Amino acid sequence: MQETPPAAAAGPAMAIAVSGLSKTFGTTRALIDVDLRVAWGQTLAVLGHNGAGKSTLLRVIASLARPDAGTVVVGGFDRAKDAARLRSIVGYVGHQPLLYDDLTAGENLAFYARLYGVADARARIGQVLEDVGGSAWADRRVRGLSNGMQKRLAIARALLHRPSVLLLDEPETGLDVSGLAMLDRLVRGVSDGGAAVVMTTHGMERGLALADQIVVLAEGRVALAGRSTDVTPADVRAIVTRQSEVAP
Amino acid sequence: MSAYVRSALAIYRKDVMIEARTRETLSGVFMFALVVAFIFKFTFDPAPQVVALIGPGMVWVAYVFAGIVGMNRTFVLERDRGTLEALLLAPVPREAIYLGKLLGAFTIMIVVEAAMLPVFVVLHDLSFLSLPFAVTAVLATLGMAAVGTLFSAIAVHTRARELLLPVLFLPVALPVIIAAVSATSLLLDGGGWGDIDLWLRLMLAFDIAFLVLSSWAFEFVLEE
Repeated sequence: MQETPPAAAAGPAMAIAVSGLSKTFGTTRALIDVDLRVAWGQTLAVLGHNGAGKSTLLRVIASLARPDAGTVVVGGFDRAKDAARLRSIVGYVGHQPLLYDDLTAGENLAFYARLYGVADARARIGQVLEDVGGSAWADRRVRGLSNGMQKRLAIARALLHRPSVLLLDEPETGLDVSGLAMLDRLVRGVSDGGAAVVMTTHGMERGLALADQIVVLAEGRVALAGRSTDVTPADVRAIVTRQSEVAP
Repeated sequence: MSAYVRSALAIYRKDVMIEARTRETLSGVFMFALVVAFIFKFTFDPAPQVVALIGPGMVWVAYVFAGIVGMNRTFVLERDRGTLEALLLAPVPREAIYLGKLLGAFTIMIVVEAAMLPVFVVLHDLSFLSLPFAVTAVLATLGMAAVGTLFSAIAVHTRARELLLPVLFLPVALPVIIAAVSATSLLLDGGGWGDIDLWLRLMLAFDIAFLVLSSWAFEFVLEE
C-alpha cells in the first residue's frame, strides 16, 4: 500500500476540482461544461461510449491538453497558473505506454525517476516493479516485452514518484486476469493511501466495483454522476447504449 | 545540481544511450554526408584550384543537409512512441526538454562532422584540421542545432514534417551558414584567428540569440 502522499496530507479538501470545463477539437466539442470533484482517498470511474470525451477529460486534468473554458485545480494547483507543480503530483497511464523501446524496463524507470527527482530511485524502482509483477524482466528491453508487460510497466512508471493523483485511461487494456487483479489491488492500495484516482473504463461492473463515485459522459457532457452504490450497471448501460446508437 | 540541468542531462543521456544502441540516426546522417561528398567528387571532379574555391561551400552543404536529416529525427522517435507526452507530463521546465534535445542533435552533428574530415581529405584533398576550424564548426553547429531543434518540434506535429523542417530551417540558419563558409574559406587560404574573428563573433551572437529565443518559444510549440 502506498503511504499518504504529501499533497493529500497538507493540501486542500478536494484532490481534483473541475469546473465548467469545455474543450473543442476543430468542430468537435469533446467536453461541454463539465463539473466534477474528487476527494482525497476516493476513486472516480469515468464511463461512456467511444468518443464521449473520457480520454480528453483525463488529458486536460493531466495538463496534456489546454481547455477552451473552465478551471482545473489538482491538489490545490491551478492548471492554468501552476502546471509544473500540478504535474509533479500526477501519475498518468494513457493509451500508449510512454516507454522507450530500446531501453530496458529498469532503464526506462531510472530515466523517469531522474525527471521526477525521485530521491530513493533504486529502491523505488525495485518496489514499483515488484508491485506490477515486473521484477523478473527489469533488464529486458521494452521492445521485447508483450503488450501486457508494457502496460504493467506503464503503471509502474505512473506510480514511480508516489503521485497524489493517479489518472488511468482504460488501464485494463492488454492486461490478463492476473494483470487485472494486480491493477485492482494497486488502485485500492493507492486510494487507501490517501491519493485520488480517476479511471476511465469500458468495464462497467469493474468500474462500479472499484470506484467510490461514477461519472457517465455522453457527447462530452456529464449525463450521470453519483456514488457507485447508488448507480446500477443498467443505469450506465442505458446511457452508453443510447449514445452509441446516436453517435456517428 | 538544479532541476533544470538534471532534467536536461537526463534527456540527453537517454538519447545518447538509445543512439549508441541503435545507431539509426548516426549512421543515416553519416551516410547522407558521405553521399553528398561523393556526388561533388564524381559529378564535378573539380580541379585543385576549383576545390580551394568551392571546397568550404561543399563541406558545409554536406554538413547542413546531413544535419537537417538528423534534426528531423530529433522528435520523430518521441512522437511515434508517444514518449513526447511523457516528457510533457514530467514536472520539468520546457526549456530543459529543449536543452536536452538540442545537446543530442548537436552531438550527432559534431560526431558526423568529425568523421567526415578524413573523407574530405581523401576525396578532395581538403584538410581543415585546426583549432580555429574546430571552434568554427562548434559555433556553427550549435547555432544550427539551436534553430533546428525548435523547428523540428514544430514540424513533428505536421504530416509534411520532412519537407517543413528544411523550409523553416534554411532561411533562418542562413547567417550562421554564411559565416561558417566564409570562416572556413579564410582558414583554407591560410588565415588565422584574426582573420575569422568577425565571423566567430557573428556566430556567437547568433547562437546566444537563438538559444534564448528558442528556449522561450519552445513551451508554446509543445502546447496542444
